[in-house]
Amino acid sequence: MAAPNTRPLFPEEPAERHTLSVVVDNEAGVLGRITGLFSARGYNIESLTVADISDDHAVSRITIVTTGPRRVIDQIRAQLDRLVPVHSVTDLTELGPHVERELALVKVAGTGEKRVEALRLADIFRARPVDTTTGSFIFEVSGSTSKVDQFIALMREVGLVEVARTGVAAMARGREKA
Amino acid sequence: MQGREMSGAQIVVEALADLGVELIFGYPGGAVLPIYDALFRQARIRHILVRHEQGAVHAAEGYARASGKPGVVLVTSGPGATNAVTGITDALMDSIPIVVLTGQVATHLIGSDAFQECDTVGITRHCSKHNYLVKETERLGPVLHEAFHIATSGRPGPVVVDIPKDVQVARATYRRPGPIQHRSYRPRVKGDLGAIEAAVEMLAAAERPILYTGGGVINSGPNAAQALRELARLCGAPVTSTLMGLGAFPASSPQFLGMLGMHGTYEANMAMNQCDLMLCLGARFDDRVTGRVDAFSPDSRKIHVDIDRSSFNKTVRVDLAIEGDVGHVMDDMVKLWRARGHRPAITEDWWARIRGWRAVDCLAFRQTGPEILPQHAIARLYAAVKDRDPIISTEVGQHQMWAAQHFRFEKPNRWLTSGGLGTMGYGLPAAIGAQLAFPGKLVIDIAGEASILMNIQELGTAAQYRLPVKVFVLNNEYMGMVRQWQDLTYEGRHAESYSDSLPDFVQLAEAFGWKGLRIERPDELDSGIAEMLAHDGPVFVDCRVARLENCFPMIPSGAAHTEMLLAPSEVAGTVDAAAEALV
Ligand SMILES: Cc1ncc(C[n+]2csc(CCOP(=O)(O)OP(=O)(O)O)c2C)c(N)n1
Ligand SMILES: [Mg+2]
Repeated sequence: MAAPNTRPLFPEEPAERHTLSVVVDNEAGVLGRITGLFSARGYNIESLTVADISDDHAVSRITIVTTGPRRVIDQIRAQLDRLVPVHSVTDLTELGPHVERELALVKVAGTGEKRVEALRLADIFRARPVDTTTGSFIFEVSGSTSKVDQFIALMREVGLVEVARTGVAAMARGREKA
Repeated sequence: MQGREMSGAQIVVEALADLGVELIFGYPGGAVLPIYDALFRQARIRHILVRHEQGAVHAAEGYARASGKPGVVLVTSGPGATNAVTGITDALMDSIPIVVLTGQVATHLIGSDAFQECDTVGITRHCSKHNYLVKETERLGPVLHEAFHIATSGRPGPVVVDIPKDVQVARATYRRPGPIQHRSYRPRVKGDLGAIEAAVEMLAAAERPILYTGGGVINSGPNAAQALRELARLCGAPVTSTLMGLGAFPASSPQFLGMLGMHGTYEANMAMNQCDLMLCLGARFDDRVTGRVDAFSPDSRKIHVDIDRSSFNKTVRVDLAIEGDVGHVMDDMVKLWRARGHRPAITEDWWARIRGWRAVDCLAFRQTGPEILPQHAIARLYAAVKDRDPIISTEVGQHQMWAAQHFRFEKPNRWLTSGGLGTMGYGLPAAIGAQLAFPGKLVIDIAGEASILMNIQELGTAAQYRLPVKVFVLNNEYMGMVRQWQDLTYEGRHAESYSDSLPDFVQLAEAFGWKGLRIERPDELDSGIAEMLAHDGPVFVDCRVARLENCFPMIPSGAAHTEMLLAPSEVAGTVDAAAEALV
């Protein structure tokens, strides 16, 4: 997904990681509009999730994790905001305290001590085995992106086979709707 | 309101008529035959048959730009739609309100690589402001009304509506909708009053202010041009304009510095560089305007008024951004300025410096010798037509820049040119569109011999509808602008920039039923122009000009405003790799 960010416009600024929550009309092509905007303008996508969030299936929430210098992030927000089917763009990182969660399925194969160690580590990370054979596990792990990253890194040492990740779902803390 | 049942094709016609559409530009084909039949059986909407779909879109752009009303295009699926893509992109780059209706294969065939199927909404997704694939006939009416709303409001632009053939045939109830309240699209018209107050204070306090105006002032409508005049009068600041904004402020005003940017005037670019306050009104700090960004107007505070928030801080950092319609914002600025009884702090010294830059007389040229200088041709054309309030379109190249420099515009909507995309082949169809909007006006396409060939087939359209369009070709036998860059950057190696095997334009024009004229010597210029103007039908003038003349002043790509080249003698012929990589 990640497109190289080649914009030399404001090189003096360090890249920041921002989580954007974008509420869109659930119409055909809306995801293409958004991913196309990122690739056409050379913005990064670290992760993108999308799902229907309303009773009548009228709107979806797209959660995008992106990185870039401050002014590029501002551009991304403005560019998203001017797309016709976009209802709102919220920069959760800018807004302040928010929750970010990601889920991953992690397949590990091995026997003997490796297998025991995998189970032990999974326990520490509160990862649940959701499929088991005598030679393998699939663990379900959820949490922040960095927790999932760490878990996967550890699993590499005990026989990682493959990974499927959902990408980030995020929401502002507190009782208000962002 | 009471609805009526009718076919999708009839809904298209009804909706267009309800939306006030008087004419549409199109080209038929299998996937739009139901709509063509519905058009045939009514008399409210006039259809103009072009000769190529790209021509239809540019004609709609010219119509829109000249009249302020949206232009409408109707083309078939597949090649009809893909031929329209350049025009759609052009309208997006220059913020021109058009609605493009494309036929599509029947819904059950979509995705099967059917005959003349293409993914029109996929192809145009990123070159339109918005697009729709209408899969139910009931949706057609609401979508068309929404499409016009989106094309014409906010930052205007092209909207594509793709209509499968079965949707045109099926029947549904059409109801004229009330005012459109879009669920998610709500462009902001009024600017934030606090920000406008701050802008007025900054402008009033500025000692060296400049107003930098763009196409947004024209898009905002005639009121915005009026507000600009008023604001400029009150604050006394010099005014410069982008290529797209020419005409919003009268060129004859002593406050006008001419166009800025790559081929702008010395005084405009120096004043931009040296000002202490820049008020950017409906322009977007395009790279053709800023030159080297880090050297762009280093000591100024910048205020940016734009209806599109994404234009703020995109290429140049501004101190104050005001989101809103530039006409409304200027109205509010004028009111506030008056209410506060401001007197401008602009200094006499600022105008003295501007007078000094003006004295350089950067657009001067000397017509001597047997060859017509292109600048001279435009100056003579201008002298001959200026009292007739003409509409001028252009193609793309040196002739376009010379026209921008030497033709002077007093009013908005008189200057039609492809700025953002720089589309060769724009000018003739755009002139046709403008002529249809204003049948009684003088409309001239100032063209290059290479560009005109890109949509030359539209000579047939003008002939069919008896449009007295004039095409004035500055024929230098070169893709002059390409050759100029080769002179500047590649030591004059003219790779493929010679216009070889040109047709005999006079005979070509006559073959299309136009009057053809050739002007070859300086002493034929005035009489040739007079002959062109005297003929009340379409006239094609092949004006042979100096082949190797280059367009100055010029700020080379990526150079600072202060590094402007004023004359050919300053051209080095080579540049470093970093500069070579810039367009
Ligand atoms: C469709 C398209 N293709 C290529 C170009 C690149 N280009 C810019 S100016 C130019 C030459 C135009 O030649 P001509 O129409 O004779 O105008 P002149 O510069 O000689 O006045 C070319 C090829 C373009 N702008 N548009
Ligand atoms: Mg030429």
